[in-house]
Amino acid sequence: MLAFLIRRLLQAVPTVLAVVLVVFVLFSVVPGSIMSSMDGDGRGATDAQVMERMRKQLGLDDPIYVRFGAYISKLAMGDLGTSFRTREPVTSMLAKRMWPTLQLIFAAMTFAILIGVPLGFIAALRPGSLADTLSMVVAVSGLSMAKFWLGLLLMYLFALKLGWLPSFGYGDGGLKYLLLPAVTLGVSPMALLARTTRAAVLEIMTADFVRTARSKGMSETRVVKWHVMRNALVIILTAIGLQFGALMGQAVVVEKLFSWPGIGSLLVDSVLQRDIPTVQGSIFVVVLFFLAINMAIDLLYGVIDPRIRYS
Amino acid sequence: MLKKIAIVAGLGLLLSAAAEAQTPRKGGTIRMTAPYGSSFSSMDIHTTQRAQDEIYAKGLHRSLYIWDSAEGKPVPELAKDATVSGGGLVYTFRLRDDAYFHNGRKMTADDVIFSFNRIMDGSKAYPGARFVRVIKGAAEVEKGQAKEISGLKKIDDFTLEMTLTEKVDPAFYFWNALTSIYPADEAVKESFIQKPIGLGPFKFVEHVPGSRIVLERWEKFYKPGKPYADRLIISVMGEAAARDVAFRNKEIDTSVLGPAQYVAYQADPNLKGTIAEVAEVFTRHMGMNPSFKPFADKRVRQAINYAIDTDLIINKLVKGKAYRATSWLPLTSPLYDKTMKPYAYDPAKAKQLLSEAGYPNGFEFEWTTSSNESWGLPIVEAIIPMLAKVGITVKVKQVETAVLAEVIRKGEFQAYVYSMASGPDPAAALKCFYSKTPPSACNYTNFNNADFDKLIDDAGQTDDGAKRDQLLKKANALLYDEAPVWFFNYNKAVMAVQPWLKGIQLNATELTHQNVEDLWVDETSPAK
Repeated sequence: MLAFLIRRLLQAVPTVLAVVLVVFVLFSVVPGSIMSSMDGDGRGATDAQVMERMRKQLGLDDPIYVRFGAYISKLAMGDLGTSFRTREPVTSMLAKRMWPTLQLIFAAMTFAILIGVPLGFIAALRPGSLADTLSMVVAVSGLSMAKFWLGLLLMYLFALKLGWLPSFGYGDGGLKYLLLPAVTLGVSPMALLARTTRAAVLEIMTADFVRTARSKGMSETRVVKWHVMRNALVIILTAIGLQFGALMGQAVVVEKLFSWPGIGSLLVDSVLQRDIPTVQGSIFVVVLFFLAINMAIDLLYGVIDPRIRYS
Repeated sequence: MLKKIAIVAGLGLLLSAAAEAQTPRKGGTIRMTAPYGSSFSSMDIHTTQRAQDEIYAKGLHRSLYIWDSAEGKPVPELAKDATVSGGGLVYTFRLRDDAYFHNGRKMTADDVIFSFNRIMDGSKAYPGARFVRVIKGAAEVEKGQAKEISGLKKIDDFTLEMTLTEKVDPAFYFWNALTSIYPADEAVKESFIQKPIGLGPFKFVEHVPGSRIVLERWEKFYKPGKPYADRLIISVMGEAAARDVAFRNKEIDTSVLGPAQYVAYQADPNLKGTIAEVAEVFTRHMGMNPSFKPFADKRVRQAINYAIDTDLIINKLVKGKAYRATSWLPLTSPLYDKTMKPYAYDPAKAKQLLSEAGYPNGFEFEWTTSSNESWGLPIVEAIIPMLAKVGITVKVKQVETAVLAEVIRKGEFQAYVYSMASGPDPAAALKCFYSKTPPSACNYTNFNNADFDKLIDDAGQTDDGAKRDQLLKKANALLYDEAPVWFFNYNKAVMAVQPWLKGIQLNATELTHQNVEDLWVDETSPAK
């Protein structure tokens, strides 16, 4: 397993480097800068002399390869640079935002797994039934609903009409503040998991080994539990892994809507204000998270299905 | 006059005389919102000139002067008063001797000198440098040629002499948060940015980046009995729809409204009384680049002004959330000229002017715009058919707001549409059209008119206040006739304010910037 881990880590290096390069080049060529963004609210032009000094101070006058070289050498030392905007180290900014984002993503995935996977199973075990139709209606609705709109609906219902939950904010980071953003973020992966689970279970239900198990007189519960569920889990786990990573990106809308202090909202403001080190740092963290989750999922395959070998 | 304008412009039940006459209640929590993004830029207010950041800075920090919304001008704050000598260039400030930083130390002239020297640190490029540069010797510090600003001299702990490089009113230079006074001993520490210390009515408690700032009453604040509230919470809420739900749900006390919400709130009997509005010192306009041949001709620029049905756009698209511009200086400017009339909607006159200018069949130009709902793409799209009527074809180029600022500054446009500060200092606002002001500063339309320059020069040289005002008014009128821009509107800032929050000031420089020590909440506030 160790050799597998090392191999996967080495494989991740070019992926990370490619992302870092693409983001760096992209934000070096797009128009606009931190200085011009300071004029964005029209309160008065940033002083030309100040802008010139800022450009020098931030190294924006250097050729792109010089800046990239400097960035990579810093990155190798674990230094993500200093934010153009806040003048704080990017690592410390990300550290403050990491926990709320992880809270949100894990809560959203917990919701998605707890609702989506059973929903898919129920639908697959009784294909064509009312339960199947209803669960798929829920799944399709969940997939097609825009997060922004869904979030507003939930706010309206649970905060304004019922008064059960606060409509926004982080508060003390407790469950009552987490629920609405987590459900908003979790509905889409829930729907996807329901559909994936349904498709996986339906396919496995018609497999030869399931037919054999039934013909040997095994009870339906045992068939589902030992043969269907276990084999379907590999597929479901893959979907969970992909969704986990994708949620980091999708959290942007939800964090902004609910004033949730995560990496997503940091990323949006940093992009708008051309705070390049923070954009790069945030995307770097998202990529690392995505790779880590997928590596963890790969390891879990072996636990679920002993036939899978890490060699 | 400004007071009258503010009263006319700003209406709201909670602002009624009856409410103001109540005895302010001590205690409670004020819950404001910061609506311009998903976070605050920095806890070091010297580094940021964003409107968003000054919202919290109003609680934490103080400068030599402060904006007085009722008076419509900056008034002494940390400076008690100033005597002028040296031909209008030397100001001797008597500083407050009762202002304590949040660490308990009394402010002295050393802190003022330290703060201004800090702002002029060229290696840090603080945006407030553009204000402090008016002090003699400040530019040398910025360039690294001197260590201290020579124009600042401590007479004693509470007396400071300031020598300026030009005859200006320092009040307009040292009133906003960019020139906040920091404690000399604390601001050099790295921890300062994490836990800022200021002279404001509230002291720092916590900052949850991307969510909120919490401040609590500073007991040693120098205004007796103030602030009234125990706590001030400023929540970052960039999404208007989310703010709307939170406001209706009584979770926040203030919410800035956009055009659509402005209409909805006016139509809702429960919310109508919560609206506070003021004409802010921002002029929305379409700038025309004279290096694009048709726009070099005054008649073409005037034709554009005649060809656009501005009132229709303000009423239908901006939903009445704006005041028609009748020149550059806005409604709340001390030199606003109410006798001036806007360009009439007159396509025939526009066609005639175009013919006289040699464009009987019109011409085509590229119009750079952002997506802003109040002064961006929707407005441009509405204007396209109006200009087409007089033969002018528009090619739209849409960019992000941050990019638009850069495009404008570099002069890389034929026309742009933008919202630009046109106050509070009328002289500074008009100087943006002075020929020696470079386009990279704020003369975006590269305006160059000898008569205008002379008026500005004469206004700068005279010591007679009334004459100065008259000259600037003339310059403003001349600008209107020359029409370097299409005069669109002055922003009407609208904020919904819960009925239990009292003391809201109609701040024409930015409605969300409140002198928070004057705010208080009555016992009906749901916040503890």
